[in-house]
Amino acid sequence: MTTSPATAALSNQPPGAPDLDELRRRAFALRRKMMGMAAGKGEGYIAQGLAMADCLAALYFHEMRHDSARPDWPDRDRFLLSTGHYSIAMYAVLAEAGYMDEAQLPSYGLNGSALPMSTFDETVGVEIVGGSLGHGLGQAVGMAMGLRMDGSPARVFCEFSDGELQEGSTWEAAMGAATFGCDNLVALIDCNGIQADGPVTVAIEPVADKMSAFGWDTSEVDGNDMAALVAALAGARAADGRPKAIVMRTTPGHGVPTIVARERAHFVRIADDEWDALIAELEAGNV
Amino acid sequence: MSEAPIKNRTRGMGEIVEVAGKQTELAPFGRTLAELGHERPEIVGLTADMGRYSDILPFRDAHPDRFFNVGMAEQNLMMMAAGLSKVGKIAFCTTYSVFITRRAYDFVAIACAHSKANVKIFAGMPGLVNGYGATHQATEDLNMMRGIADLAVIDPCDAIELKQVVRAAADIPGTVYVRNLRGKVPVELGDDYRFTFGKGQVLRAGDGRVGIIATGYMSARALDACRATAAEGHDPSVLHLSTIKPFDAAAVLSFARDHERLIVAENHKTTGGLTTLVIEALYESGLHRPMTRISLADSFFECGSQEYLEAKYGVDLPAFEAAIRQDPASAGAPT
Repeated sequence: MTTSPATAALSNQPPGAPDLDELRRRAFALRRKMMGMAAGKGEGYIAQGLAMADCLAALYFHEMRHDSARPDWPDRDRFLLSTGHYSIAMYAVLAEAGYMDEAQLPSYGLNGSALPMSTFDETVGVEIVGGSLGHGLGQAVGMAMGLRMDGSPARVFCEFSDGELQEGSTWEAAMGAATFGCDNLVALIDCNGIQADGPVTVAIEPVADKMSAFGWDTSEVDGNDMAALVAALAGARAADGRPKAIVMRTTPGHGVPTIVARERAHFVRIADDEWDALIAELEAGNV
Repeated sequence: MSEAPIKNRTRGMGEIVEVAGKQTELAPFGRTLAELGHERPEIVGLTADMGRYSDILPFRDAHPDRFFNVGMAEQNLMMMAAGLSKVGKIAFCTTYSVFITRRAYDFVAIACAHSKANVKIFAGMPGLVNGYGATHQATEDLNMMRGIADLAVIDPCDAIELKQVVRAAADIPGTVYVRNLRGKVPVELGDDYRFTFGKGQVLRAGDGRVGIIATGYMSARALDACRATAAEGHDPSVLHLSTIKPFDAAAVLSFARDHERLIVAENHKTTGGLTTLVIEALYESGLHRPMTRISLADSFFECGSQEYLEAKYGVDLPAFEAAIRQDPASAGAPT
């Protein structure tokens, strides 16, 4: 790997203390973008996207070392979105962080759009093809090992969901990460309690205990509490030979009470005339 | 007096049948990969608990820091290989063909091929090479793998070609699936043979009556059958198609035009592999030739020695000889 002096000077450790107010402002901006992308489409994974906004804000505007001007920077920290259907959140944060033109966002999910309903790695800033669930963590393990072999300070952050804990491949990868001592890997497990057919009914709890038993250094937080998220990410920096897991309890639709209350559904349907009111709810809550 | 060794028995570890009198090379895949690893530091090797039985151990011994045994976790094998490739590695990974194809198909298709990941799959025990029955016999792997876009599929003939394929695979962009041969692998092709990705090669030019189109070690068997029947006046040609995808339809059509009838042979079921590809190419061109198929029925197969299985299922040397001797008037009739 070639590393320029400029990039070598960058540490993979975040500088200074987090500015929680700024991170909350970023999370609101992500939610506002997502509402604009989903408006009028009638359907989409807006609930999951809204729930992920805090995590993505904490990663892209505090914890991760990355540079939107150099999306192929070899020593960048990687973020892998395993749940490709959360693409609305991914595109929002990539636009907010400067990886794509915000003017592209309204094309989300439209035929022929560069922002498809599920994530593909042709999109700048998207590291893997997500969406076929259970594919993320194992690729994160491979990336973490390859980066470590090269002496790179980069870390790998991999999001996956409680639903994906039903995929055997996730546990194969969980064993692999511990076996190979991938301490440069952080799993962000979005436990939102829903999947395609409704509430999670398969006995996957206690998630944190399971990850710990698999050899992961595990913490559990409210995934919509910025201070807790930032603290958990800071706690996941130790190069102690163990992979790190943060179990995030998130609320689908967080920030828009009507969506939270409507149904704990995987695929929320919203009528055309509802969006203005829902956006007003989001903005009213941003106080 | 000790008992004679029992020869006619199941062999599960997939060493190809050693043909009497043939020269062999030991572990051509792993030895070549170990050499290549010295030249290409970005190469890493992985296995899913099948290091010994895929011949990758010479690479492990030469480059222990670049070798990973992920255990019996084929999905993770393919995901990790994809991840390694996405940070600049060339990931050579091994296990049995069946566990790659049947168990980890989605991961080959999406994590690897769709991302054009630099992953080289050396999949062991193709077809009836493994004697452990249907659970271990990859008899539809060509069909499955050719169904995936942006995936190269190669079925080498012998040790000479396999060694060249190892080196070529490192330079073929994206994901490559190779039917690996392990142990003492026969040497059939001459030192002047040059594997060319995507191109069929005529190994033997005959008198134009019978043309044999084959892949994998069936091409070696075709040459054996030509030698065995030469004294009777038979003079078939042999077109070897080691690259199954992308498929060299032009070579097939040119070869077929030059022959009165065809024999198509593969260590694979008749459905979906070489035979199907040849039929597709001929039909689309409007060219018709009587065709005899030497391949496996659409079935699951039992345990046993390779010799026993190949004879039982009609893909052994006598089957080739019979196909060559077949009355031209009955060639191509349903069997």
